[in-house]
Amino acid sequence: MPKITMNINGRETSAEVENRTLLSTALREKLHLTGTHIGCDTSQCGACVVHVNGKAVKSCTIFASELDGANIDTIEGQASPDGTLNVIQQAFQDHHGLQCGFCTPGMVMSAAALLKENPKPTEAEVRDYLEGNICRCTGYQGIVNAIMAASGQDVPSIAAE
Amino acid sequence: MPDGGIGAPTKRREDTRFLTGRGKYTDDFTPQNTSYCAFARSQVANGVIKSVDTSAAAEMPGVLATFTGEDFVEVGGNPAGWAIVSRDGEPMKEPKRPVLAHGKVRHVGDAYAAVVAETLEQALDAVEAIEADIDEQDAVTDMASAVAGAGSMVHDEIETNVCFDWGWIEDNRAATDEAIKNAPHVTTLELINNRLVPNALEPRASIGEYDPGTGDYKLTTTSQNPHLSRLLIAAFVLGIPENKLTVLAPDVGGGFGSKIYHYSEEALVLAAAKKLGRPVKWTATRTESFLADAHGRDHVTKIELACEKDGTFIAFRTETMANVGAYLSNFSTVTPTFLHGTLMAGNYTVPNVYVNVKAVFTNTAPVDAYRGAGRPEATYSLERVIDKCARELGIDPVEIRRKNFIKKDQYPYASAAGLEYDSGDYDTLMDGLEKVADFAGFEARRAESAKNGKLRGLGINAYVEACGIAPSNLVGILGARVGLYDAATVRVNPTGNISVMVGAHSHGQGHETAFPQIVADMLGVDPQSVDIVHGDTSKIPFGMGTYGSRSLAVCGSAVFRATEKIIFKATAIAAHMLEDKPENIEFNDGVFSIKGTNKNVGFGDVALKAYIPHDYPIEDLEPGLEETAFYDPANFTYPSGAYASEVEVDPETGKVTICSMVALDDFGVVVNPMIVTGQVEGGLAQGIGQALLENGVYDDTGQLLSGSLMDYAMPRADDLPNLVVDHSHATRCTHNPIGSKGCGEAGAIGSPPTIVNAVVDALSRGGHDVDHIDMPVSPSRVWAAMNK
Amino acid sequence: MYDFDLVIPTTVAEASTAMKADGAQALGGGQTLLPTMKQRLAAPETLVKLSGLSELVSVSTDAGALCVGGATTHGQVAQDGTDYPALAALAGNIGDPAVRNRGTIGGSIANNDPSACYPAGALGSGATIVTNTREIAADDFFVDLFETALEEGEIVTGVNFPIPDAANYQKFDQPASRFALVGVFVAKFGDTVRVAVTGASNGGVFRWSEAEAALSANFAADAIEGLAVDAGDLISDLHGTAEYRAHLISVLTRRAVQSC
Repeated sequence: MPKITMNINGRETSAEVENRTLLSTALREKLHLTGTHIGCDTSQCGACVVHVNGKAVKSCTIFASELDGANIDTIEGQASPDGTLNVIQQAFQDHHGLQCGFCTPGMVMSAAALLKENPKPTEAEVRDYLEGNICRCTGYQGIVNAIMAASGQDVPSIAAE
Repeated sequence: MPDGGIGAPTKRREDTRFLTGRGKYTDDFTPQNTSYCAFARSQVANGVIKSVDTSAAAEMPGVLATFTGEDFVEVGGNPAGWAIVSRDGEPMKEPKRPVLAHGKVRHVGDAYAAVVAETLEQALDAVEAIEADIDEQDAVTDMASAVAGAGSMVHDEIETNVCFDWGWIEDNRAATDEAIKNAPHVTTLELINNRLVPNALEPRASIGEYDPGTGDYKLTTTSQNPHLSRLLIAAFVLGIPENKLTVLAPDVGGGFGSKIYHYSEEALVLAAAKKLGRPVKWTATRTESFLADAHGRDHVTKIELACEKDGTFIAFRTETMANVGAYLSNFSTVTPTFLHGTLMAGNYTVPNVYVNVKAVFTNTAPVDAYRGAGRPEATYSLERVIDKCARELGIDPVEIRRKNFIKKDQYPYASAAGLEYDSGDYDTLMDGLEKVADFAGFEARRAESAKNGKLRGLGINAYVEACGIAPSNLVGILGARVGLYDAATVRVNPTGNISVMVGAHSHGQGHETAFPQIVADMLGVDPQSVDIVHGDTSKIPFGMGTYGSRSLAVCGSAVFRATEKIIFKATAIAAHMLEDKPENIEFNDGVFSIKGTNKNVGFGDVALKAYIPHDYPIEDLEPGLEETAFYDPANFTYPSGAYASEVEVDPETGKVTICSMVALDDFGVVVNPMIVTGQVEGGLAQGIGQALLENGVYDDTGQLLSGSLMDYAMPRADDLPNLVVDHSHATRCTHNPIGSKGCGEAGAIGSPPTIVNAVVDALSRGGHDVDHIDMPVSPSRVWAAMNK
Repeated sequence: MYDFDLVIPTTVAEASTAMKADGAQALGGGQTLLPTMKQRLAAPETLVKLSGLSELVSVSTDAGALCVGGATTHGQVAQDGTDYPALAALAGNIGDPAVRNRGTIGGSIANNDPSACYPAGALGSGATIVTNTREIAADDFFVDLFETALEEGEIVTGVNFPIPDAANYQKFDQPASRFALVGVFVAKFGDTVRVAVTGASNGGVFRWSEAEAALSANFAADAIEGLAVDAGDLISDLHGTAEYRAHLISVLTRRAVQSC
């Protein structure tokens, strides 16, 4: 089996993979980074989104064997080592942007990619950018609010009591 | 009072692990020496299994074991949880649902063999090497044909495709028929409640483990209801004693009903683990989820509304065919009956209601409870026919509803469909809706849309539903094979922090945050000192799981009752410590004191005393501070709401855009408003999905045409508007100690008719003679309706 | 998924050689191929990775044409193809952002999915598909459903899009896949108008010649009044009947002209 070396969340990491091993499989099963989730088999749900060389990709639709030397960022690398949430993660908690948590890693990684490209998106731009991330729980309201808040914009206060 | 008690929008503690990738879902567990399971699933909808030869597969690299239906002939089937009796007194037809198909395959995706191998790819390779001789027969997928019985039988041995023919309330049938015959006006509507595929984002997964040293089994599985799975596996399917079987449901990535049930894959991984003496893991692909998860809805209905010329309702009569698919899933028989028929009086003082439901076997995936479960079907039928009636009579749709609403001074109200609503105030909700949704400004917005070439419509809806199905003595009479209580243990540890073991299961509902708010509120302690344990049958007294918007109202009430017992016992300990009688002790904000004095002792000191009983009334009180309560509700809870939506229809393409969605709900006492808002928003998205996008469609041969996310349209962020949710108009539930009603399903119940009413309104105002479009109201269907 | 040999060439020449092997298939961004392989519906023996080949990643303007390297992602075309705004907009609306970061023009064109956007852009623009062995006019390239003029082992190295005076692409989403239920690309070159339709036909992307003639004579939305594509040749599925698709073609063509 080919051995590949990737820089994952800032650390050089090697793994033996088959040619057919998907990046998502390599992360989950070879490297025990199970935060990246698999929700579909047609590249639509986005639960597996990670960053490859700084860009959001669906890790279930790329072979690990293509990625020798690549920089990979996953959900596990987003918070500080002491567990302090980053701005986007904190906004997701503050604005109830997650329920079951399964889509959340992909959502956070997509949100990070969006805000890197477009630091002050409109609400419509946020919704449009999330086209490839499916959430079945939240109705996206909390997610959209969280991303708007993470970009420093006002969002409606949560919950009418 | 501590911060973060009942009513506080406390942020969720579980979020930290989910946001950092540290959630632990079933597929994230890979015990040492795990082997992998894959299933051979039928590619035809109906076929006679002539032979299944696994000998070649068994010789493939890495293969450890193969299984076919023959291996499970001696074990039991997976039963329906509710026995329905037909109008003629006959019990429902209940054909066996085996672990693996035997003799016949009955739907595409029906598993007839399984392989366990060292790796998943090896298992999948070996599945391809299984030689199955399956003689394809004509499939029956359409309910009308299935009922007619001219073609194939899904289950030959029962000689019919009708599972039951149920009437509710049968004694009211004649009076309802008579009332409709004599009514000045009758509105009739035929409609389809489209089949939905739940699509929780986490596909189902199960890991079976067996310890040959102790004979203990462990099942880690994606379940909303681990105790039910244990009970069914123990009592019906494999006969493993409950004391030898632990069922774990760790973090679960959404359920929406689809993970309530026990599925064959769970039994298979346990049987395989026993055979191999090593862990066996199965994880569904999304394709398998489409083919083998229980689907939802799928009713074909004719509803009639009889009324006076002034719109006063006289009767509702409903005839429904409910698709149950190829096998009876656990709740499939109660969903179209008691969770549907009993709601057919809606929010109204209508005197006559009769519902007839035929449950129909077809060569399709089983259909069972999906978010709302029967109540969305009821609300959709009612609120669509009421809208049509209003249009026919020229009465404003708000007015016709108000005219017939149960008034707030009429509670408790015995509905004509057999339920006793305990509380509600529908007029106040509608008053609120008129303001929040700004009905007054609609005409101006419509004119603005018209300038842009769009047809704008306003749809409204009122709903009442029934949550927390109960009480056990009643559901038993009606056919339930289980009780519908829930349980909780509150364990105060020596240093005063608290573990609460609950029978409900959280898979997005935020129990880990909300349940501590109840305990903290009652005990006057910091909510952070209270932790919830759920999803582990070895740690929890018992439980009936999470579905039907029951967790807070039923399990939360069990937590409440157990906490009351804690206070009772702690009061006795405090009395001893304060050298007075318990009846002289009062407990406020975490402090026990002698009434009228400043002599007091804190809760923490009492807890410590309970565990270090050096100076302790040991003759009167056991040491320890741990209490369990089983709570069996006296009634359902009856959340209600008033919803409005404005839509724009593009007359050239038929595309519907939702401009606004406003939901006003009455959930009684709200423990965590942030979480409740999130529950409603999620429900709205699923209801909007049903109304506009989602459709589980089989062709005549039983192939699922919308069998992947490429063809089954899930709502995305850009399909939805900003959702406006308000639960400030509340009437307390009168029979549970918290005063709460269920909130999990409301959005999915209230929104579909709201959207369809809005689309029909838009088309009507635009001059089109359209009185109904079946869901999903896709551009193609809207265009066809406009150009018929 | 079945296993395969993976070749990661560093030059197009190496890639061309590798593609001569029996059962070799080009791997672009993999956004269509991988899902198919996961379902075990495709079993290439050898995959030759083209994405990331620097020779094939470029967007430039030359002699009035936008020249896009075969392994250029949709995202890059959306960003760098602004000399041809309609094409950049088309690329920027394929799939979702993560798909656009991987999916390539060569992969899309070579696959010729009947609902893909790029075939409409290429045919509507009268593009030239450049391969490692020849140049093929778009009119000759798209043969049928999932079928192109590419021969065994041939690699799409680039697509050259003549930049029209005006152009617009109207995409009506299939709600689940977000591919085109119908997409219409209209491009005006002087007095000549090309109209390419995707998503609608059982034969894949096609030119609507009646509309082209009418619009070439009078480039106005009402010029196609009364014209309609024969529904008999169109796709009917759970997302829309053939009649609906025929209707959409007219609506979208009109809108594309209005947006030019």
